[in-house]
Order: sequence, then C-alpha cells, then structure tokens
Amino acid sequence: MTRADGTSQRTRRRFLVETAALAGAAGLGLDSGPAGATPASMQAAIRNVTGEAKLNKGRVKIDVPALIENGNAVPLTVSCESPMTQEDHVKALHVFTEKNPQPNVIGVHLGPRAGRTSVSTRIRLADTQKIVAVAQMSDGSFWSDEVEVIVTLAACLEGA
Amino acid sequence: MARALINAPAKAKRGEAIEIKTMISHMMETGFRPDSTGRPIARDIITELVCKYNGEEIFRAELFPAIAANPFLAFFTVATESGTLSFEWTGDNGFSATESVNITVE
Amino acid sequence: MIAAAALFLIALLGAGAASAGEIPLAERKSGYEFMGRETRAMQDDDTANPAMLSVLDGETLWQRKDGSAAKSCADCHGDARTSMKGVAARYPAFDAGRGRPVDLEERVNICRAEKQQATPLAFESKELLALAAYVGRQSRGMPIDIADEARIKPFLQAGRDMFTERQGQLNLSCAQCHDDNWGQKLAGAPIPQGHPTGYPIYRLEWQTLGSLQRRLRNCLFGMRAISYPYGAAEMVNLELYLMWRARGMPIETPAVRP
Repeated sequence: MTRADGTSQRTRRRFLVETAALAGAAGLGLDSGPAGATPASMQAAIRNVTGEAKLNKGRVKIDVPALIENGNAVPLTVSCESPMTQEDHVKALHVFTEKNPQPNVIGVHLGPRAGRTSVSTRIRLADTQKIVAVAQMSDGSFWSDEVEVIVTLAACLEGA
Repeated sequence: MARALINAPAKAKRGEAIEIKTMISHMMETGFRPDSTGRPIARDIITELVCKYNGEEIFRAELFPAIAANPFLAFFTVATESGTLSFEWTGDNGFSATESVNITVE
Repeated sequence: MIAAAALFLIALLGAGAASAGEIPLAERKSGYEFMGRETRAMQDDDTANPAMLSVLDGETLWQRKDGSAAKSCADCHGDARTSMKGVAARYPAFDAGRGRPVDLEERVNICRAEKQQATPLAFESKELLALAAYVGRQSRGMPIDIADEARIKPFLQAGRDMFTERQGQLNLSCAQCHDDNWGQKLAGAPIPQGHPTGYPIYRLEWQTLGSLQRRLRNCLFGMRAISYPYGAAEMVNLELYLMWRARGMPIETPAVRP
C-alpha cells in the first residue's frame, strides 16, 4: 500500500480506532464518537448505585490480569466475602471503568441462592485505567475494590 | 437463533454451590465504533441475561457495551433440587435467545 | 508507532543483513507460549473458549444437507470425529486434479462444488470458518504432518521465498521478525515465531474467528507490503511453507490469540 506518508498515517490512525473497537475520544484523542468516561462520570455512575451511602473499601475482590495483551476481551472475576444466607448476603455487584466511553460494565443481581459470590466475564478496556467493583449487601451497606490495569494493543493491526 | 453454550454439572449434591458457565455468540457492537464515513455504527448489544432454576430467578445480569463480544458469564448457584436451569438473553433490536439444561440433584 | 518501532528494528539488524536462518526444530515454540496466563486459560477451557461457539456451528453444518445433490458432509464422511482425525494436520495438501496444493477452506469448497453441487462458501464467512474450526478441532493434539515430498517442492520453495524475501515499504521480510527476532518486543507485544498451529483462531483483536490467510493479510498490512486476495496461490504457498516449518508441532485448533 504505497501512499504518501500523510495519507497512510491518517488511514493507520483510522484503523487503530476501528480495530480497538472502542473508538471515540477515549484514549486516542480523535474527534469521532462521544467523549469518553472520566473519573467524574465514573463517580456519578457509582453514586447512581450507592446513593448517599458510604462506600467502604474491602470485602470485594477484583481479579484481572495486571498487564493486558488485548483490551478487546479481558477476563475479569469479581468475588465477595459473604455467608450468603437470607440474613446476610450480597444483593448486587456492579463494575465500573474510568476511561471507557461509558463507565458501566456490568450489574449482577444475586441473592442467598447464589451460594458463592463469584462472577466471571470478559470485558473491554479502552485504555490503561482503573476498574472499580461495588457490592451491595443485604444490610444496605456498600463495599468496593479498585485496581489499575495496563492495556497494550496488538502489534499488527488490520488493514483494508 | 444465536449459538449458546452452557456448561453446568449434570449431577450435584443438595446444598452444593455449583458453577454455571454461559457463552453466546453476539458481536456486542458498542455504538462507539465509527464506520468508514466516520459515523458511529449503531449500538447492538445483549443487555440482559436471566437464569431461572425450575422457574425461579436465581441470577440476573445487566450488560453494557463494555462486555466483550461473544459474552461469557460464569456464576454460582446452590443445587437445591433436580430440574431445569433455563437461560434467557435479551438485547437491542429485539434480540432474544434461550437455552436450558437439566440437573439431577441427590 | 508501529512504523517507528519497525524502522528501529531494521536499524538494529543492519541494512543488508541476510536472514540468520530457520529456527532449529527443538527450539520452536507455539504462539501459545508467548501469551499471558489468562489468554492461555481461555484457550485451554472448552467451556470458556469463544471459538467453541464456531466449532458447535461447524458440527451443525456438518449434518446439514446442501446443494442440488442434497448431501451433507456427514453423508460421505460419516462421523467427523473418526473421518476427519488428522486431516487438518496435513493441510495444505496437494490436489492431484489441480496440480497444486489447496488449503482446508479450499478443500471444503471443492467438496461442496463437486460432491454436493453447492455454491462455494465465501472466504472468512461464518459458515466456512465454522466448518474449518470443526474439522480442525478433530486434529487437536496431533502433530502437523507436512512432508517435503516431490510434488509440493516447488510450492514449498515459493512459500519459503515469500517468507525470506524483503518486501514492502519497510523492506522487511517475515523471517527478520519471526526467525531472527522472535521473543523480542514490537510495539509492546512479544514477536511470536509465527507457527500456524491453531487455525482458525479466535483472535481477540478481531473479536471473532479468522483464518490463517486473514492473519497473513494483517501481517502484510503491518509490514506495508502488498497483500494478496483471499484464495490467491501465493497465500496457499505461504500457508504450506508455514505449516511445513511447524511440522511435528501439535495442532491447537481452535486456538485463542491476542
């Protein structure tokens, strides 16, 4: 694909955007697509869940690779310490990100029938950023964990 | 219907917490990706997965565009009685898929 | 970003440096070994490997009657678990009628045209990849079996030439990265040796299953070299060389790669 440097640069940028599958401003500084999430919008999304209640640190654990080979499919497990009885159980788990185009990742509704609080999935991460998990307990309290992850892209991106 | 894959034990002991793994083929188009003209391709994702154990809901997940394509979701439930675990995925553009597996509880 | 890294690499290697030569057989490593722990776990677990969805589709397609002959693959080949065992491990294979090697996807379409009287499935179509994944899965664990026999010699050489010749705007050869600099980093990711042990693969970058030809086209694009269309003879020659280069290594289909 022999083109003048200028055009190939623009084309390559566009493919970087397309193949990252989370195009938009997040992390790439391009003007196509909506603005990405910010720490403020993530806090707003979290507050949407917790309301005015205090967010305690602990009891929740995020398991995610520290160095991510490809942000398109990142294995994530969120687990929580809880006896999971009728009187004392996890009602819901919520996951948020700081720099994805929007802050919500998943919301899971559980209950005493779960037996174990451990949910695994694969998520998309647009950039090196913070992931936050919030657990809502049956007693109305909220607990959280947060991790920082580094995201690298694949080396040879797709072309026409 | 989209291809779905469920992995759950066929047999379990009463009271045992069993792991259920689910996977379904779906592009999970985020709504943020631009097409060749630069306009975002419309969002098209699975938005919910509900699992019922003999008709009673035991798990519900709300999915957002940040969930990777071909959504994989694994969770636990207590094996209470023999019967059927049913799964229903719903999403944008009227997407709907169902799957079910049987379980024998001793 | 990528061009800069590659140019740096070229500077390191020296402008006229010839390839250091093939990787000794005992030192060959699958791309699996260059992946992180979690990506490997994704491949190893059939209940979590996203490619398994395609394998299941392939299993359904294997039974589906198609074409004006209204035949299914199963009608001639029976249970794939028996009849297809070891087949993917020896493709690309020489097709006597055509006088050249064909890859597995081409073979499926030849069968469709000649035996089922059905239209060919498009390259990279969901159906063709599903069938290739299903057939490939039946060879999982078996060693790649391509022998340097007389009939394939000229095609193998053509593939080897493509692999070792410098090409494209960056004047890079495949060998410079995959024979001489495997294990080193390029734009943050380790350079694998380039053995096609697990195709079709679920590439996280693609978010779907794809063929070896698709991966090669990605590479050629990354190298700023001329890419060949799907099904081109050049592609099959290169596939043949790569599979021969990986001879004896176990098939991993369907693999997961970043």
